[in-house]
Parts: sequence; C-alpha cells; structure tokens
Amino acid sequence: MSDRPATPGSGPLTGRALVAGAAEGAVLYSSEPLSFWGGYDAETGEIIDRRHPLAGRVGAGRILAIPATRGSSTTTAVLLEAIRRGTAPAAFLTRGPDTFLALAAIVAGQLYDRAPPVIALSPEDFDALRRIPRARVEATGTVLAR
Amino acid sequence: MTSVRLDERDHSFLRGEEGEGARLAMSILVRMADVVGARELLDITAAHIDSSLYQGPATLEFAERLAEGGARVRVPTTLNVSGVDEYGWREWDVAESWAEPARRQMEAYEAMGCEPTWTCAPYQTQPRPGFGEQVAWGESSAIVFANSVLGARTERYPDLLDICCAVTRRAPAAGLHLTGNRAGDVLIDLSGVPRRLAEEPALYPVLGHWIGLRVEGRIPVLDGLRARPGEDDLKALGAAMASSGAVGLFHWVGLTPEAPDMDAAFQGREPATRLRPGPAELRAARDELGSGLYDADGLDLVVLGSPHFSLSEFAALARLVEGRRRHAGVRLLITTGRAVRELAAKAGYLDAIEAFGGELTVDTCILTTPMLPESIRRLMTNSAKYAWYTPSLLERAVAFGSLADCVESAVAGRVTRDDGAWTAGP
Repeated sequence: MSDRPATPGSGPLTGRALVAGAAEGAVLYSSEPLSFWGGYDAETGEIIDRRHPLAGRVGAGRILAIPATRGSSTTTAVLLEAIRRGTAPAAFLTRGPDTFLALAAIVAGQLYDRAPPVIALSPEDFDALRRIPRARVEATGTVLAR
Repeated sequence: MTSVRLDERDHSFLRGEEGEGARLAMSILVRMADVVGARELLDITAAHIDSSLYQGPATLEFAERLAEGGARVRVPTTLNVSGVDEYGWREWDVAESWAEPARRQMEAYEAMGCEPTWTCAPYQTQPRPGFGEQVAWGESSAIVFANSVLGARTERYPDLLDICCAVTRRAPAAGLHLTGNRAGDVLIDLSGVPRRLAEEPALYPVLGHWIGLRVEGRIPVLDGLRARPGEDDLKALGAAMASSGAVGLFHWVGLTPEAPDMDAAFQGREPATRLRPGPAELRAARDELGSGLYDADGLDLVVLGSPHFSLSEFAALARLVEGRRRHAGVRLLITTGRAVRELAAKAGYLDAIEAFGGELTVDTCILTTPMLPESIRRLMTNSAKYAWYTPSLLERAVAFGSLADCVESAVAGRVTRDDGAWTAGP
C-alpha cells in the first residue's frame, strides 16, 4: 500500500462543480475515455463499447468516473435521453472539465428539472478515485469516500 | 450569476425579448460559456447542426421546445444527417415507430430555418467557411475537417449546443476559436511509412485511427509522408481521429492552411511528444479496426460512405465495379447526401453502381438509423468510422479493407483483402 495517496478514504477530494448537485453511490472507475454514442445504452444504462474496460457494466445510478468523453458529438444527445429515462449515472467525476457531460446535464435541468452533478477533478484527485469503491458528491463539488 | 461579459443583444435574448426558444438557447449558451471559462461570447457567421440526429424522445422534445418557442437560426445553417432517410426509409428495415419521431425532429430543425442538407459532409457541396472564419459546427468528422482542412474556427460543438449558437449567432470565446489553442502538441513523423503504403488510400483511415487512440484530445501535426493526400483522404483521416480520439484539429505540414511549416504548426513551440508509426504498427491498426470478421469469412453487406461518400469517391467506385456484378449473397450500400447523389447521377456514375447491384441511402447512415435487417450480421467497410462504431452500435461483426478490397469482397461473397501495400518494404 506504499503507493496509496494520503487523501482517499481519509480526506475529501475537492473538484469544480460544472453542474452542482448531490449524489451518492458505487463508483464505476476507468482511466479510459468513453463515448456515450456507441458506448452507453440509454435504454438499459449499460456500457456497450466493447473496446472499453467497463463494457458490460451498468452505469445507471452509479457515480461514473471517467477521465473524459471521447469522439462523437452525439454523446450529449445519448446522455440526455438516458437522463430522461432514468438510466443515467447519478453523477460524473472527470479528470479536468468535460463540456459534453456538463451540457447534457444542463439541458436535462432545463427540460426535466433533473441534472446529475458533473464534477471536474484535478488529475491527482481523479486518479485517487481508482481506490474508492463508494462515494458521496456534495453540491459544493466535494467528493467524500464512503 | 455569470462572469461572462454579455452585450445588450445577449441580454435581450436572456430576457426573452426574442422569444422563448431564443431565451432557452441563450441561457444554455451562457451556462456553457461559464463551464468552459470563456470571458465573452464571439459572433459566428455560419453553423452546421448535428442535433438533428434523433436519439429518442429527449432530442425530439428539445428540438420542438426550441421550434415551438419561435427559435430561428440567425446565420446560414446546414443540417447534419438525420435519424431517417426522409423518402427512402421504407426500402430498409426501419420501424414506423422510429421513422415518425425522427421525421418530426427533421421538421423542427427545418422550421427553425436550417437548410435541409442532411449530410455529415456539408463541405462537399455547400458554401465553405473561409480561412479564419468563426463558425459553430457539430458532427465530429465535419468539425475536424472545418478546422484542419479549411482553416475555419470551430470548437467541438456537441449536439444540443450547436443549435443554441445558430439561434443566437454567438459562441463562447474559448477552445479552438482562439489562436493560442490551435498550436500542435504531438508530432506524427510519417517518414517510416513505406512508399507503397503511402500511396494506398486505406492508409488514411487506419492512420487516423492509430493517431486518435494515442493523442486523445491533443492536436497532432503530421509530417514526412512520401505522398500528398487529397480531400477524400483528409476526410477519412480526420473522421477516424475523431472517432478513436477526441481530435478537433490536426495540422499537416506543408498542406493544411495553418501549417505552412513546422514552426507555424507548433506556433514556435517544441512538440510535447513525438510518435513515429511504422508499417508493423499500421498493419496492426488496420486489423484492430475489424471485429469478429476475418479474411475468407462470408459476408452480408459492404457499406461505404462514413463520412458521406463524395463525388470523387463515386467516380472511383464506378470505375471499380464497371461491368461487374456483386455476389448474390452480398448487398452493397452507399450512404451519401442528397446533393452528391444528384451530382453522381448526372455524372453517370450511378449507372455502373446500380448495374453492379449497389443501393443508395441518403440523409442518414447505418449508425444513425436502425435500418439493417436482422439477417445482415457481417459487414465490410473502408470507413474507419463505420468500423469503429459497428460492434457497439449495431452489435454486428465488421471487417475493414480498402475500397478495392470492398468491391472484390462484394464480388467474391467473402472477405478478401490485398495485403501487398501493408507488407511491402520501404
């Protein structure tokens, strides 16, 4: 455990809330970016990009920690549909700001009054999530290991 | 509320003086300007809208909220592919329950004053933004083309935001709109690509795929290839990078408009990283584009045209299929835009393609309309974008090959690929 940073499990991580809100759930972590178009099934909440390490896992209700989205500009549309259906992750934690996730959450807030928090973390704090199985996201952008 | 500097017109949008649709568009735009850390908005002169893609009730609801709120685009605006071939969808396995809302979404964007171009490659037939022009484009493959090949300036606009820019004729002054953010990061040294491979058109989608995986969102600068790519090559290259990575801009030294030389491409800085792909890496990347379908395997469909097939690609295809006929068990589908279809028909290219047994779909593509019958399980394509997304979006097996490989395979009824260019020495 010598490589274990001081923060996880002990102190909170503080990120920038691109879209503020509270959520708690199991953390689904990957160091690999994900496109929601071709990567996330809005009907089931399953991650369907077979090249992605999280393929087959269900993101619905989880705290999804990915460094960023990749590729397609349709990621936002897929995520908006997932939020409408209730199959979206409960919150997003990214390595630096991800505008695609933020946009989908902002539009969902306008259309459905329901916006999952989107928190941009520093690279070090994002990497620390690897060791956090469950987390609570607070409206301030603070992330606590549970 | 916001730290973004707004002008009087922006405020009038926010107050709803230009209508409820325009108010919604501006309020989303200002929130996003905050997210990206823009200090102000800038004027745009044109837009290309990817939001037209039907992805379920939410995207339709968003479009109709804007349209019914009286939103109108305030700059010339083209439309990307839609969720359905408006007049030809019955020829394929498209469910009425999909086609109806997808058509309604098309109508909502037309009602906002967008031009019904319905193509992911508007630069093939529509007026092109000029060098340095500030625009708001959606569609990842079109964005990278506009920035890199045309030298226009657009951020990577996601669905839902591109239309907000078009309606307000404004965009956050951030990202790729600003000169300082357009400098190259990663040097891609292509001097190790053998001459014969450099002259193979399938190099470009494969190279783009390889680069996208490695640079992710950074800006690659390509140099040193012993061949000069054409526009179709650059289209394929950029689309591939924007699928496997999040590339919105690349430079090609001595070719693309912002890269007359290495110094200009990197804006006087040193490359942060250098990569030098050789034939072995590129061959592996080509094979990686396929999924679950291998040489000599049987085949159900050859599909071409992602991004949409161009007139010159139709010319090349017509030459390859002239006087030949596809295998009875293999369909050949070309996805293109309405305007290019008309041009290809006038040029006489479609005669040979139809005689071969080829079919065309316009307005959309196999990734954006659930149109393939269940019986089609095995696909082959020369598009890295089709190859990249087919396993996940369509849950089907796919093989990647050159245009010539695709035609030979359609005739043979099984995957056949000429490995010559990929195994040749320097």
